[in-house]
Amino acid sequence: MNQQSKFEHQGLYRREFEHDACGVGMVANLSGEASHEIVVNGMTILKRLMHRGATGNDPETGDGAGLLMRIPKKFFAAKVTPLRDRMSGNASFPFGVAMIFGGEGEEKIVEDTVRNNNCEVLAWRDVPTNPDAIGKDARSVMPRIRQLFIGALDLGSESAFERRLYIIRREIEKAAKNLYICSCSSRTIVYKGLLLATQMEKFYPDLSDPDFISPFALVHQRYSTNTFPSWELAHPFRALAHNGEINALKGNLNALAAREPSLASPLFGDELKRLLPIVHQGQSDSASLDNIFEMLVAAGRDAPHAMMMLIPQAWGAKYHMGHDVRAFYEYHSALMEPWDGPAAVAFTDGIGIGATLDRNGLRPARWTLTNDGLFVLASETGVLDIAPERIARHGRIKPGSILWLDLEKHRILEDAELKNFYARRRPYRRWINENHIPVTGLFTEIVPSKCPHDESGKEALLRERQRFGWTLEDMELLLRPMAETGHEPVGAMGNDAALACLSKRSHTLFDHFHQLFAQVTNPPIDPIREELVMSIMTYIGNQGNILAETPEHARLVKMTRPVLTDDELKRIRNIPDFPAKTLSMYFDGKLKAALDALATDALKAVKDGAKIIVLSDRSALSAKRIPSLLAVAAVNKVLTDAGVRPSVGIIVESGEVREIHHFAVLLGFGATAINPWLAFASLYDFTKCDSVTAAANYVSAVCKGLMKIMSKMGISTLRSYRSARIFEAVGLGPKIMSEYFGGVVSPVGGLELEDIENAQDTFLPGGEYRARKGGVEHLWTPNRIVDFRESVRHDDFARFKRYTDSIDLESGVTLRSQLEFNGRAGSTNPPVGSRVPRDSDGRAASPLAAADVQSVDSIVKHFIGGAMSLGSLSPEAHETIALALNGLGTMSNSGEGGENPERFGTDKNSAIKQVASGRFGVTIEYLHSAKDLQIKLAQGAKPGEGGQLPAHKVDEFVARLRHAKPGTTLISPPPHHDIYSIEDLAQLIYDLKCANPKARISVKLVSEAGVGTIAAGVAKAHADVVIISGYDGGTGAAPLTSMKHAGLPWEVGLAEAHQTLIKNNLRHRVKLQVDGQLRTGRDIVIAAMLGADEFAFGTSMLVSIGCIQCRNCNLNCCPVGIATQKPELRHKFAGKPEHLQRYFRFLAEEVREHLAALGLKSLAEARGRADLLKAKEGSRFDFGDVLQRLSGEDVIVTSNAKGDLDANYDARELIPSLKTDGEAILDRMISNCDRSVGAMLSGHIVGMRVPPVTVNFTGVAGQSFGAFLAKSITFNLVGEANDYVGKSLSGGIITIRPPSPDVRLFKPDENTIAGNVIAYGATSGKIFINGLAGERFGIRNSGATLVAEGIGDHGCEYMTGGVAVILGPVGVNFAAGMTGGIAYVYDETATLDLNSNLDSVDLFPVEEGSAEEKELLSLLEEHVNRTCSPKAKALLADWPNVRPKFTKVEPTKAVGTSA
Amino acid sequence: MQRIHDIYRPTEERKHDFKEVERILSADELKEQTGRCMNCGQPFCHAYACPLGNLVPDQNRAVAQGDWKRAYELLSANSDFPEFTSRICPALCEASCVHGLDEEAVMIRQSEKRIIETAFAQGWVVPHPPKEENGKSVAVIGAGPAGLSAAVTLRRKGWAVTVYEKRAEIGGLLRYGIPCFKLDKSIIDRRRAILEAEGIDFITGIEVGKDISAEWLARRFDSVVVAIGTPAARDLKIPGRELGGIHLALEFLEGQNKFLTGETSSLPIDAKGKNVLVIGGGDTGSDCVGTAIRQGAASVTQIEIMPKPPDERDASTPWPLWPYMLRTSSSHKEGCERRWNLNSLRFIGNAASPVAAVAGVEVETVEWEFSPEGRPLKFKAVPDTKEIIKADLVFLAMGFTGVPKENPIVSQLGLQQTPRTALMSDPARNIHCVGDCASGASLVVRALASGKSIPLE
Repeated sequence: MNQQSKFEHQGLYRREFEHDACGVGMVANLSGEASHEIVVNGMTILKRLMHRGATGNDPETGDGAGLLMRIPKKFFAAKVTPLRDRMSGNASFPFGVAMIFGGEGEEKIVEDTVRNNNCEVLAWRDVPTNPDAIGKDARSVMPRIRQLFIGALDLGSESAFERRLYIIRREIEKAAKNLYICSCSSRTIVYKGLLLATQMEKFYPDLSDPDFISPFALVHQRYSTNTFPSWELAHPFRALAHNGEINALKGNLNALAAREPSLASPLFGDELKRLLPIVHQGQSDSASLDNIFEMLVAAGRDAPHAMMMLIPQAWGAKYHMGHDVRAFYEYHSALMEPWDGPAAVAFTDGIGIGATLDRNGLRPARWTLTNDGLFVLASETGVLDIAPERIARHGRIKPGSILWLDLEKHRILEDAELKNFYARRRPYRRWINENHIPVTGLFTEIVPSKCPHDESGKEALLRERQRFGWTLEDMELLLRPMAETGHEPVGAMGNDAALACLSKRSHTLFDHFHQLFAQVTNPPIDPIREELVMSIMTYIGNQGNILAETPEHARLVKMTRPVLTDDELKRIRNIPDFPAKTLSMYFDGKLKAALDALATDALKAVKDGAKIIVLSDRSALSAKRIPSLLAVAAVNKVLTDAGVRPSVGIIVESGEVREIHHFAVLLGFGATAINPWLAFASLYDFTKCDSVTAAANYVSAVCKGLMKIMSKMGISTLRSYRSARIFEAVGLGPKIMSEYFGGVVSPVGGLELEDIENAQDTFLPGGEYRARKGGVEHLWTPNRIVDFRESVRHDDFARFKRYTDSIDLESGVTLRSQLEFNGRAGSTNPPVGSRVPRDSDGRAASPLAAADVQSVDSIVKHFIGGAMSLGSLSPEAHETIALALNGLGTMSNSGEGGENPERFGTDKNSAIKQVASGRFGVTIEYLHSAKDLQIKLAQGAKPGEGGQLPAHKVDEFVARLRHAKPGTTLISPPPHHDIYSIEDLAQLIYDLKCANPKARISVKLVSEAGVGTIAAGVAKAHADVVIISGYDGGTGAAPLTSMKHAGLPWEVGLAEAHQTLIKNNLRHRVKLQVDGQLRTGRDIVIAAMLGADEFAFGTSMLVSIGCIQCRNCNLNCCPVGIATQKPELRHKFAGKPEHLQRYFRFLAEEVREHLAALGLKSLAEARGRADLLKAKEGSRFDFGDVLQRLSGEDVIVTSNAKGDLDANYDARELIPSLKTDGEAILDRMISNCDRSVGAMLSGHIVGMRVPPVTVNFTGVAGQSFGAFLAKSITFNLVGEANDYVGKSLSGGIITIRPPSPDVRLFKPDENTIAGNVIAYGATSGKIFINGLAGERFGIRNSGATLVAEGIGDHGCEYMTGGVAVILGPVGVNFAAGMTGGIAYVYDETATLDLNSNLDSVDLFPVEEGSAEEKELLSLLEEHVNRTCSPKAKALLADWPNVRPKFTKVEPTKAVGTSA
Repeated sequence: MQRIHDIYRPTEERKHDFKEVERILSADELKEQTGRCMNCGQPFCHAYACPLGNLVPDQNRAVAQGDWKRAYELLSANSDFPEFTSRICPALCEASCVHGLDEEAVMIRQSEKRIIETAFAQGWVVPHPPKEENGKSVAVIGAGPAGLSAAVTLRRKGWAVTVYEKRAEIGGLLRYGIPCFKLDKSIIDRRRAILEAEGIDFITGIEVGKDISAEWLARRFDSVVVAIGTPAARDLKIPGRELGGIHLALEFLEGQNKFLTGETSSLPIDAKGKNVLVIGGGDTGSDCVGTAIRQGAASVTQIEIMPKPPDERDASTPWPLWPYMLRTSSSHKEGCERRWNLNSLRFIGNAASPVAAVAGVEVETVEWEFSPEGRPLKFKAVPDTKEIIKADLVFLAMGFTGVPKENPIVSQLGLQQTPRTALMSDPARNIHCVGDCASGASLVVRALASGKSIPLE
């Protein structure tokens, strides 16, 4: 259906930015028997998942809900006369149903298509609907909903008919533009719409008809980032429903497009071409996955097989798996890149149904089987009320696992059975072994480059480096650390250097590309602690036809990494069956012509049989050189267009390539592998270590860096990353982008080919990271620092103006420097009244007298302290900032390191308390002390990455605040482990609002293309403030490549967020806050005009209290006592609160001056007035999109509080029952819709002397059961719990046990009764689980005691304190990044070391008579007492035989310090 | 870790000879020193303080890594005469070193000295004649730091360079002002050889304006560079100035330097056995102190009209500014009395002497009025504090006044002067003024930077 008007590119908004996520579920009768009860159950599941969906501005319009069911043939026979006639003669008369939205006037196209496919149009049926039952927004765009019944004239097999219906649908989709086909099948039918779950049955009366029966229902509740009403985006699609996000989508689609010309299948024959493209343009990730899945199934693969191919489990060396299954995955890895990302997918071929989970297991999928064969699976457990005595099993789908219900044979096929079956249907293992192309000596050892290391050789090398624009920094700051340590180098204090496009120094083309990263809608992953899921293996020589399975598909050159030494490249050039052709990147004449010629040559070479194209700049054939990135883009494009790309490897042999970002960009735009010959040559004799080690370290650093860049986007494999173009450009023009970098956003235009052709200079010292005279320009300069420092010390406003004038008039390194106030001559001190600004309607805005403008005191309240943690800052600096900002009546930010409770409630209290992925020091008291709770999703310096506070910085004080032991390395994971998806964020916001209903909730994002839609999603999640950080901000330590190359300037992200919120009618719900190198009053006013309400400061705040930008914060040697914990350095701190206060007042005064000159009374009046800005005279950038002003700019932010806090379970059920005398013991029922139970109760009793409370629950607890549970509260749950039990547990006790006491029927230790991410960030308290728990049990536990009877993957990850006792199996990667605390595991099979990540822990026996044994015994006894655990009872009974099987897991003392 | 304070030869040894007083720190000492460099994000040493913009952090790193060759390459990228600056520069870089916030600046100057001395010793310092002559010629008037710097800069761009120097040798104040115990003159000769090998012509002993006319140079050469320094020293016109034994400091220093290099056979002014009074508390005065001590003066006193500066960085010159503070040179430590707040009123003659010679100076203690920032503004005499300081020799070391209007070069070239007598370039006629004569008396390093930045291509 055509809804283009809604989705047109308008301002910075683009349709492809949209995300969605949600809740997914399925229910089936294993017997295969169709019943109406299943349909009713499906709708119940939807209702029970409603909290995972969202609504936009219209509370009655949901983001979408739907059901996919078997076609109820009898029902339709009763409703549709022609059908009834046919079926009266033949009860099994085959027909298909197309469920169609819209299409009025296109009936002829539809019918012709059906008939041309040798099928029969039986009837049209208008589906009965009740538009009054749905929201007004939904109703306003409601399409006509019809069903078309299609009969088969010349029926082949049933599956042939199904395939025919697929062809019909594809052809209709291509021919008719105004309709959308929900489903078109002889097996299944989809009922969906822009509905809330509760509206489903009212809107579709069909669904209430007792004859509407199905053996299964697959359901989906949607949460999208936008609110543009759109019916067709609801799930389920034709074959699946998906919860999560396919991070690798762009790469998958590009790879798929490259293969399309090669596709062939006997089942389709010539008709195949009519189906292409497989995935049509502009669809969501889930819809795209649906398209490829149904194509694979239609072409003959079984549904589970197709799904295993699309979403493979990780099969790296660290997984213990059978040879055949590994071979299956290896074989298929050459056919299909993983569709990677958090994904719980429920899928069907219309006959059976199944579900799978991505390799990271980042989405929950819990299932229950009853004694009578009812199977329920959903994102949450407890979505159907099932009597305890009916329950046969509780399970969950594990990471990378798959499950299939064979409804014909009435069996559940679980993971191992399914995988072995498909792995052995073909001799994949043999195919691989026999066809693999061996290259002797390839990747067996590192051979360093040979180069003369005499003087003339060195001179020659130096000249080469100069020719390729290398600087001293490249050698010293980038190459040397990589060669000497094998890690990428780290820096601090953000980036204040000029954008590549604004620098007078020429930059490599790579520098104009910024990496994209995951935030909110999808999680980044940890490439270090969860390395086992990562792979940078890659192939040359893939077959394009993925519809066939032949031994030749394994005829490949396998490359374990994409970085090639000279020696490796030489070997690859000499593979007999894989001829290589080298093409030079040097040229004479014009660049454009050279690129065209290069592309032509490459295509010709391939047509002549070349399998490998080497693009080389090694031998300088002329003075002019094509940037390697352009060469790759051009060659990749020509080979893709010609349909030959999959089988050809593109190898770059370039002297330009040196830093990790360069590799990433080349790979992202299609390179297969890279030989950085000059880097290798430069390593020779360069460092203290020998040349082999240096080269090996360099390779290792690049590989690790690449994994980090991929993982930022949540992508695990290089195969999914290649050609994915996961970048955005700053400062490249529309022509070059569309010609070579299609699909990549470049929001402000800029340089074109001819500019790149002409830019060639070399400045030896560099100055990119460390300022150098004549080098890359920086915002901070020594003179500015001096002026600024002195101005705030001596209360010298004139000097402050000198500082700000210097930035406003001279710096020219930021995007905002390219803007000026509309209608004004200069940027500062305009001659008042000389040129009057006009607004967009042409009305003059008169300058105002300063007195008419908002006061300094009220302006400073818009200035907010940026997040800098204690730990990164000294206590002196941290408290000075808090004192200063509290004094001004604004807010400082605790940062993510916790805070000394002694400061709570005093004038040293940080009003903003940050909640970051490490959850350090997040207790109920901490939350309660805040006015603003800030969820940090990303930080400007390193969006998409975690952090690490090295052990040497964790002293007694910092350790106490963070609830860790001194000297423990503290790791912040890349994602929040309770936010893998947008609905998770909504849940965390809900948790926090419960814990402290008075605090506003702010969510910190980093500017990138698409951040606007994320902001809209965040607004829908009921945040109060959305923060857009510039890529250049962030004071914390970060890898240099991340600091420079990830994220966008705030100007773009802020404008996009503001525009998108307005477009979605959400602007009134959130305030927008901005940060990122804000310095001057002009910066503030520009930010306001682009949409900001509030402004946050980091580095400039620090400079005002003494920082001199030595940028060595990460080294703990801060010379001014700010970024250090060393007492001898801390005493040097000389900053005073009044210095910072003066800074903010000066800034406010400047803002007033600007406002007065512009005729604006307040910052609020300036907000959104992009029409008062224009591009500077002569600027080559196009700010048209950034400065687009939409109607509704002047909306006032009201509030985004979710109104139902009063209806919260605690408020309703628990708080009124508190006693003031004596312990309260309550008995309560609970269901999965009761979320965050205990959070509000805990917040309520913090600080009050309330007697102990014990609550005995029965039922299924919703998410975040017992979150932040305070001391003196005990929760006993009989039943099951969902995810995040005991999140940030703050002293409370939680027990969970199953209802059935009869262990003969139900063994607790074999059933999953608690979800994922239990006790995340717990600081104290206890949790006892009499049953299995999910993935990431005890993650970031820093003090609680946890007992469970078996857990999933990644248990005890990043644990820094507390005790975990596991009485049964643990999943893979146990104890990854565990740097503190202790775990005891009952290791019956003696395989714990195989399942553990041993990088940071050692395993020990539990010695007889030891203190550990005593601790363990007492915990087992307590477990029995609290949960009646049969397993613990049995273990205790046989203790002498049991104790030896217990293993103690403890962190090694010296943990590595690399980030 | 601290700076190394033990950088001089023992006092008893050094005060009897004219060899350089400062030792060259060892490679190990410097490795530790440079290892302290934090390679700051904003390197004030390099980007704020050093007029030449020396790549201090980069060369520090090279030294710390023991890579002296690279250190030399980095140093010579901006600095053409590191052997001079590393000996006599007050090291502005160190004053703004971030470690200098608490007085522990990295020893940048000493490191520079070892880099350049290592480079000479290893034969890395080689002439870099231009690859191509550009066909243009330039006359440089004055072979002091600014003139030499301009000469080498232009030569490397392909100019044919002729340097005119009125004295017998090149170097200007480096040779005739600064004592040998701070800068041995062989250091200048060593550099001269390199410069000549690069093709620079030196014409010495010819005074432009007198022996040949500057105007002729302007016609003969495509461009003229004026680098004549600030020849006029400030005099002290108080009663008794005509008495014998009262000299401008530079006369004294020049005499000693010429004697040591054999340019003259006897000392024109000898302080042996004399009571020496130096008026003026700056570096030149300090050089007179050290020279007088070495000549065997009976006593040496140095007086200053200004108040005694604070022992540590004064609040009026916060980091990273050049600190206003008391400076004690190696010469001061060799035995001299220093006094402040003394205004000289008149010289007193020795009646007994056959020629009227100075016997003392009458001085009076003064009291200063300070600015709000703490800098001295005006003084007034303190009543009843007159006294006489005995002196057989008086050296006036009170700075320089600028280029006299009467200087024939000024008139011959028709140059304009600022009110403070600085010479102004005339780019239209291809006449460029560099160094002290263009900016007023300042540091050698500023003169070098001025010569280097000459706007000729």
